Amino acid sequence: MGRYVARRLLQMIPVFIGTTLIIFLMVHILPGDPIRAMWGDKAADPAQVAALRADFGLDQPLWKQYVDYMWGLLQGDFGETFGGRQVADEMSEAFPVTLRLTMVALVIEIIIGIGLGAWAGLKAGKAVDTGVLIFTLIVISIPVFVLGYLARFVLADELGWVAPNVQDSTDYAQLFLPGFVLAMLSMAYVARLTRTTFAENLRADYMRTAMAKGLPRRRIVGVHLLRNSLIPVVTFLGTDVGGFIGGAVITEGIFNVQGVGNLLFKALQGREGSTIVGVVTVFVLIILLINLVVDLLYAVLDPRIRYA
Amino acid sequence: MPDVIKTKTDATTDAIAPPAAGAPETAAEGHKSQGRPRSLWGDAWYDLRHRPMFWISSVLLLFLIIVAAFPGLFTSVDPRDGDLTNHFLTKPELGSFFQPDWFGYDGQGRSIYARVVYGTRASILVGVGVTAAVTLLGGLLGMLAGYFGGWLDSVISRITDIFFGIPFLLGAMVVLNAFTERKVYVVIFALAFLGWTSICRVMRSSVITAKQADYVTAARALGAGTRRILFRHVLPNAMAPTIVVATIALGGYISAEATLSFLGLGLADPTISWGIDIAQGSKDIRDNPHALFFPAGMLSLTVFAFIMLGDAVRDALDPKLR
Repeated sequence: MGRYVARRLLQMIPVFIGTTLIIFLMVHILPGDPIRAMWGDKAADPAQVAALRADFGLDQPLWKQYVDYMWGLLQGDFGETFGGRQVADEMSEAFPVTLRLTMVALVIEIIIGIGLGAWAGLKAGKAVDTGVLIFTLIVISIPVFVLGYLARFVLADELGWVAPNVQDSTDYAQLFLPGFVLAMLSMAYVARLTRTTFAENLRADYMRTAMAKGLPRRRIVGVHLLRNSLIPVVTFLGTDVGGFIGGAVITEGIFNVQGVGNLLFKALQGREGSTIVGVVTVFVLIILLINLVVDLLYAVLDPRIRYA
Repeated sequence: MPDVIKTKTDATTDAIAPPAAGAPETAAEGHKSQGRPRSLWGDAWYDLRHRPMFWISSVLLLFLIIVAAFPGLFTSVDPRDGDLTNHFLTKPELGSFFQPDWFGYDGQGRSIYARVVYGTRASILVGVGVTAAVTLLGGLLGMLAGYFGGWLDSVISRITDIFFGIPFLLGAMVVLNAFTERKVYVVIFALAFLGWTSICRVMRSSVITAKQADYVTAARALGAGTRRILFRHVLPNAMAPTIVVATIALGGYISAEATLSFLGLGLADPTISWGIDIAQGSKDIRDNPHALFFPAGMLSLTVFAFIMLGDAVRDALDPKLR
């Protein structure tokens, strides 16, 4: 187990370097000069521009900038924004907000997604099954931003049940609607996946054995069936974190949540290279770690899987 | 996925399925003699024909493709022509089908109906373009990695890991931010640049399965060259899972384009995109929801059609999921 984790962590290093390099290059080959852009349409003093460029290390060759950036990263330094703030500070304000939002979304996704999927899977071929299938099809078809505005329009503007903007991101009640919108797409996929595995595993030998032993139905479904059906669902949940992060940019924009999505969006508009690279870097790290956790979870769910 | 390759022996039905394109063994075996086992493709086509979902989505998609190809057939109004006297005008009059004011006007007095019609092209082009690019690139890399193995496999797999690690939508935002010109092909490039990984992985694993099959050994024993084995024997038998993944992803690419355009990072103004129109409509949603609902509705309908087609194709090609 320990050796397996160590090997996986080592394998992450080249992937991490490769991903950050791609993002770094994409950000820094942007045409136009963000330093010059600070002056807007006014005439800029070339000496001042040059001094600022040197300050931010933008006069160095690209490979040197990347090496410097990675070296700083190793020491926990994410660099500065052009406004002089530490990127690490900006991120430490925004990340907890997004973390809470994704937690709300994840809980909604798991409860409703697995619940709906299990219900449909147990009644495979019946009306409930078809209903859930059509429902998920419709949810998958409506893009997140359309769904977000629709929810905001109906629930906040028309009915007035919830506040249209999130004022206090520590209030989970306010985060419910944005979290729900964020969760919808993945929830539909989770429901479909759970339905398929449930319907498939219903026919498994161990189910017949459990039934033959005369176990109560609640135990058969809740322990035998659920645990065996969860592996693909957990895999999906793990790989879906990337989708959550993309969705967070949109959901946070619609409901005015001051999280990482908002931070990144502003950074993209202001061409704040170090913020963009910093945020994506942290996301990549999170995704890699979650994938590792998911792989380790397999062993918990399925005792046949052992990591030497 | 060996179980995908299996052919179903179902002799009760008359085999009149026309051979699917790109499936040599279908053409070779044919369906001349009744009761013989159908190939995977013949079987899939037989299955598809009996699914109402397939027909609904096909008819819908055919209609959308016609709209995308010949928008002039459906409206004679210029979608870029704004008349501010029509600012947010709605005309909820019944029976005004196919009139310029059918869906009302947007904030700049442009006909929403005309814009919805002309916006179809960008969505369909991006969806089909990205899927084609991703299938070619990912399919080729996956095939090479799976068939040749060794160091080539290691290199391709590590590159796949790296690209797989970048969140799709987030990465696309960063890539598109690097372009000043936001045309359809730029968006296709950005989405394909990040989207090819899953196809590559699926293709790699099914090629690995297919190349171990006896018919490959037999072909090699008969003196077939690498290229012949690869394209005549391995590829047709390894393609099914790739096609499933590609079809299902298509709707997602259309959705991604609209999302990026909505954020101002995808297509830009002279191009007409539902995403841009939804972004503009969203600014005044309380008083003029119609400016948002029509492009949003068309977008959802298009994604719906593609997802439904993907579902039907998956059910037909992957018997395990039935």
